[in-house]
Amino acid sequence: MNVFDFMIRNRAEVLQLTLEHLALVAIAMALAVVIGVPLGVALTRRRALERWVLGAANVIQTVPSLALFGFLIPVPLIGGIGGRTAVVALTLYALLPIIRNTYVGITGVDPAVIEAARGMGMTDGQLLWQVEIPLSLGVILAGIRVATVICVGVATIAAAIGAGGLGMYIFRGVAMVNNQVILAGAIPAAVLAVLADVSLGWAERRLTAR
Amino acid sequence: MEQAAIAGSVIECRGVWYRLDGGAHDGSSRGRALLSNVNLHVERGETLVLLGRSGSGKTTTLKLINRLLEPTAGEVLVEGRRTSDWDPIRLRRRIGYVIQEVGLFPHFTVERNVGLVPSLEGWEMPRIRARVAELLRLVGLEPGQFASRRPHELSGGQRQRVGVARALAADPPILLMDEPFGALDPVTRAELQREFRELAARLGKTIVFVTHDVREALLLGTRIALLAEGRLVAIHSPGEFLRAPEAEVKAFVSALGIGEL
Repeated sequence: MNVFDFMIRNRAEVLQLTLEHLALVAIAMALAVVIGVPLGVALTRRRALERWVLGAANVIQTVPSLALFGFLIPVPLIGGIGGRTAVVALTLYALLPIIRNTYVGITGVDPAVIEAARGMGMTDGQLLWQVEIPLSLGVILAGIRVATVICVGVATIAAAIGAGGLGMYIFRGVAMVNNQVILAGAIPAAVLAVLADVSLGWAERRLTAR
Repeated sequence: MEQAAIAGSVIECRGVWYRLDGGAHDGSSRGRALLSNVNLHVERGETLVLLGRSGSGKTTTLKLINRLLEPTAGEVLVEGRRTSDWDPIRLRRRIGYVIQEVGLFPHFTVERNVGLVPSLEGWEMPRIRARVAELLRLVGLEPGQFASRRPHELSGGQRQRVGVARALAADPPILLMDEPFGALDPVTRAELQREFRELAARLGKTIVFVTHDVREALLLGTRIALLAEGRLVAIHSPGEFLRAPEAEVKAFVSALGIGEL
């Protein structure tokens, strides 16, 4: 029996796990964007914080993903077994590329443009929304795109702490020493990653001002 | 006190110091002084040129006027009020600002660039459109041809024309210009200088113009203030400047001679 027969026979379960996977990624990415972009902007206003915040995000990134899920289980409120813990771990993982790209994108805006804008009497808010964000949108979106692709991959590990998703097939396949079952999880996960990459890349090109 | 003369000044610097670290209000020696005890005033409708070599404090002086910087000691007055008493946003919207790098917004069309301050000020769209067209014509650009272009579709000279139009958009009484023609080729520069001179005479703005080019200073200034190492050396009319006794002035005038002969 090949992997596609297996997937077609279990299509309800494949669909269910894919949707779970998507939900984990979507919620984690939404949180990461909501936290990461403002944090990146804040760093450009208080550059002294850059080392600390990017340092912390870097440290999180270096923790092996399986270990990060494990570490979070005993943590009160956000920890435990299940989807909530997985979302927290995925969010932490996605933060670094988003914060860093937001910071780099905004600090990379031509200083002459910023000086002209301030000299013309733009308020801080006007400078941010009308000049800095539009001009760094391409770089910020590139960060979100990288984070999303990483997130789709790391989310397979969420199954290890009972959060569901396509990792269920992968872990089950490993336990059963059955490549078809592993592939039934890995192939849809890879397809999701490619789709996320392509669609966000398209959005990036559409929205990037030039 | 020369109160009467001061009352006519649009811009005035009184004992202005600017130090890099921003500290030391008592004149003690912490930090490198970019400006030391500068006193000057700019009369309504005149073009005061700040002349000096790189690092002499010209740009710093300019940025103190629109409060992009604040003096370490002393005070800068605009229309009789200390810049620190002005709301910086209101102050800057009354002052047009043109810089060498132009700083056009690359994601806006020429029309949106020029109409920016009016739109920040909440003008109606048709009024902004009309104003932009008027200004583009004023700086020698045909609105029908240029209004919808992006900055990267313009030559250096055209970009600086747009920069000047943008600075004039909300009809500010004061114009600050930081080497606006410095990055242009000699032919374009001469063309813009000539047009700018006519424009300045016609519009009656109070202008502070920074340059290191003595020829440009003589051509455009009603008075020339020479800065050297953060100190104001002398202020002369262009005629006086050529015969002035100060060594620093003579150095500039002799540089002019070499260029001409």
